[in-house]
Amino acid sequence: MAENESALLMMGCPEVPVQMSIVLYLSNKLAKSGHDVTVAGTDAALKLLKISDPEEHYVTRTIDIDRCIADIVEKKIDFDHCFAFMHSDAGVTYAATVSAISRAKMHAVIFGKNAEELADTVDFPSEKIVAKAVHNPMPLKNKIDRVVS
Amino acid sequence: MSCVEQMKYKLYLERTSFREAREYIEKTSDEVYYVDPGYKIFKDYYIIGVPPIAMGVKGKELVFTFVKPCHGTFVMAIESEEEIERLRAREMEKVKVKAVLQKGGRSQAAAAAPASFQDMWKR
Repeated sequence: MAENESALLMMGCPEVPVQMSIVLYLSNKLAKSGHDVTVAGTDAALKLLKISDPEEHYVTRTIDIDRCIADIVEKKIDFDHCFAFMHSDAGVTYAATVSAISRAKMHAVIFGKNAEELADTVDFPSEKIVAKAVHNPMPLKNKIDRVVS
Repeated sequence: MSCVEQMKYKLYLERTSFREAREYIEKTSDEVYYVDPGYKIFKDYYIIGVPPIAMGVKGKELVFTFVKPCHGTFVMAIESEEEIERLRAREMEKVKVKAVLQKGGRSQAAAAAPASFQDMWKR
C-alpha cells in the first residue's frame, strides 16, 4: 500500500470479539503509515468503537455502513483500499457489494469459527486474510502484519 | 433505519443466506429480473448483494433481498406498482440495447475482411 492512500475498514456484526481489537489495531497501523482511514459499521459496532476509543486516538472518522454504501453508489465517496471484516454470510454479502460498486482494492478479512469454509464462498476479486480467530486476536493480527507492513 | 423498514412489508424468508434468498425469489416469483449491487429502490434503499441479484414480481408485490449485518438476509415484499414498472422498463431498455449491439455486431462481421481465399471466392 502506497502512502497517503485512503482505506475503508468495513466492520461486520460485532458479535465476534476479535473484530474490534483488530479494527483498532489496523486503523492505528494504517494511520501511522500515512493513510486516511474511515471505519464503517452498524450502529452497535460504531458504539463499541467509540466507547473503546473515546478520545479518537485510533479512529477519527466513522460512517454508518448503509450510508457508506449509499454514498459510494452516489459517487460522493470512494476509497483506494477496503478491508472488509466478515465472519458470516451477511458480511460476505456486504463485501461483495462494495467490491461491485467501488474502485477500492478489496482485502477480505475473514475470521470466526468457520473462517476457512466462509473463505471458500468469497468469489469476488480480493486478497483473502483468513484466520480461525474468535477470542484470541493474535492469529489474525499476524496475518494482517504480513499484508500491511 | 432505511425507508423499507418503515413501509408496510411482508417477510417470506428470515435470517437466511443470500444464496437461499436468491433461489427462493427465482423459484416463487411470477417474473424475475436481475440488478446490480447498489440498485436503488423506494426512497433510499440500495440493494446489498452478491451479483446476480434477483428481484421478483409476485402480483402487485416487489420481492427483494434485504440484508442486515447481524441478522442475515431476508426476502421482503412490498406492494409497489411504480417500482415494478421501473424494473420492467429497465429490462425493456436492456433488451433494446442488446438488440442494437447484436445488430451492430452482425454488420461489423459482414464488413470484416475475408479470412481466406475461399471466403473471398464465396463472396
